[in-house]
Amino acid sequence: MAEPLLRIEGLTKRFGGVIPSDHISLDIPDGELHAVIGPNGAGKTTLIGQLAGETAPDSGQIRFSGADITHLPTWRRSQLGLARSFQITSLFPDFTALDNVALAVQAHAGHSFRFWGDARRDARLRAPAQAALDRVGLGDRADILVSNLSHGEHRQLEIAMALATRPRMLLLDEPMAGMSPEQSAGMVRTLRELKQELTILLIEHDMEAVFALADRITVLVYGRAIASGSPDAIRANSEVREAYLGEQQVVAHG
Amino acid sequence: MIAAPNARNLLVPALLAFLLLLPVYTSLSGNTFLLTLFTRILILALAATSLNLILGYGGMVSFGHAAYLGIGGYAIGILASEGVTSGFVQWPIALAVSALAALVIGLLCLRTRGLYFIMITLAFAQMIYYVGAGLARYGGDDGLTIQRRSQFGGWLNLSNKTMFYYLCLALLLATIYLVWRLVNSRFGMVIQGARSNERRMRSIGFPTFRYRLTCFVIAGTLCGLSGALLANHTDFVSPAMMYWTRSGDLIVMVVLGGMASTFGPLIGAVALLVLEEALSGITEYWQIILGPLLLLVVLFARRGIDGLLDVSIFPRLSPAKALEAKVGRG
Repeated sequence: MAEPLLRIEGLTKRFGGVIPSDHISLDIPDGELHAVIGPNGAGKTTLIGQLAGETAPDSGQIRFSGADITHLPTWRRSQLGLARSFQITSLFPDFTALDNVALAVQAHAGHSFRFWGDARRDARLRAPAQAALDRVGLGDRADILVSNLSHGEHRQLEIAMALATRPRMLLLDEPMAGMSPEQSAGMVRTLRELKQELTILLIEHDMEAVFALADRITVLVYGRAIASGSPDAIRANSEVREAYLGEQQVVAHG
Repeated sequence: MIAAPNARNLLVPALLAFLLLLPVYTSLSGNTFLLTLFTRILILALAATSLNLILGYGGMVSFGHAAYLGIGGYAIGILASEGVTSGFVQWPIALAVSALAALVIGLLCLRTRGLYFIMITLAFAQMIYYVGAGLARYGGDDGLTIQRRSQFGGWLNLSNKTMFYYLCLALLLATIYLVWRLVNSRFGMVIQGARSNERRMRSIGFPTFRYRLTCFVIAGTLCGLSGALLANHTDFVSPAMMYWTRSGDLIVMVVLGGMASTFGPLIGAVALLVLEEALSGITEYWQIILGPLLLLVVLFARRGIDGLLDVSIFPRLSPAKALEAKVGRG
């Protein structure tokens, strides 16, 4: 059988006495929406940081699309088709929404040692950027400065930018954080469409959204993947219930 | 874009017209002092424009930009003292040496951020300052007098004050145009994106270092051009050209005029040097007046003079901005 799109093997990261990633192994096949859940401090964001290349793991391996990417810089992973969105909105506030997405398009349209033509009038950048904005429902907000957009719109823009890099896989770090219920519902719709064509690793606290969207779920507690399986299996798993109900027991466990 | 009727769109053309016509006035009135002053202003405005490229647009606060003034200037001075006076040889060498210096300095400095970047660029500039002071063969601390300005055959005569003034003006305007094209190109988007959020730039797939380094080298080269002009203007080069206070002056020009604005560095250079000239005529302690003025600009006009000019003269005529301000927050 072919190797899964993303393969994580024995990934370990220590910060002093804290071990946010403790021998995590995970396979995510092409086309799956895989959710990672767990209490605060379980190491979810550290895991994304290592996958995206911002945090160097102490040991273990990350393979993407058959190649070892454990030591590749962030920008090269993006070029390979691994896109991420940030938990805390990370945009270009003094640019418009369209400028932001156009920049993401530009990053994947060959090198940028082009010194003369006006990038804001370049249809090869603007058209795909507008399409990505339309996709997440921000099409009519294209010319608004990012600093004037609402929090919910920032979250949508995060997704649009990740999409504009034409990725094979999305790493989404709490895309619904701080959203109103209506906005969350809109985001669930967007993600449901996206999962038709993309592999997605989703970190999210909104359990309703997670169980509605995920093909498989991994539960992370104190850096360890304590369970991995279908939403139904996770719901029924006693260890998971313990983790969420009484954390002391889990400490004793690990 | 159609020019909105704001103060900037009146002042900038007025300033350019003034600069274009100044030699006419000075030749009629015989006031060569004014021509000399403004030649100097244009040259330093060119240096400030080059600094604005990295500081204003790129967010790279170099506190050692005057080093390239010195390197460009010394290239001219040293070649002249060795008997090479052809501008066609001198100038390309001045630019190449400046570019090379910027490449080496950038390779090391651009790995640092924030205060460390400021300090390490300052350290490099001071190092080069002391190298200049140690060049005993070329005057050391006392500097080096240039006997003959760069020769451009029959094309240009740099000893002709008016012709030299217009050369400086042409090169300044060409540099402003170049920087304007540059910052709006794909390359410029990367530079500005990296100023705003470098982490995100890497995560969407940009190897930011190579773009920032290229930008740093372009700025250093342009400043080297300014140094070559300055050496020809004063017929003299000395380590003082690249002392850290000169780097500070360039930063002041950019901040005063308006960071990341097209004509800001020119406006800042004119404002600073004219003020300096006028105030020093009034009192020996002119810095006591200039200091608080700068403080006010930094505190209350974050976008410098250029930002202050961005006020509509006929507010009713530009509804687009008002509209955006109203509906912007969704």
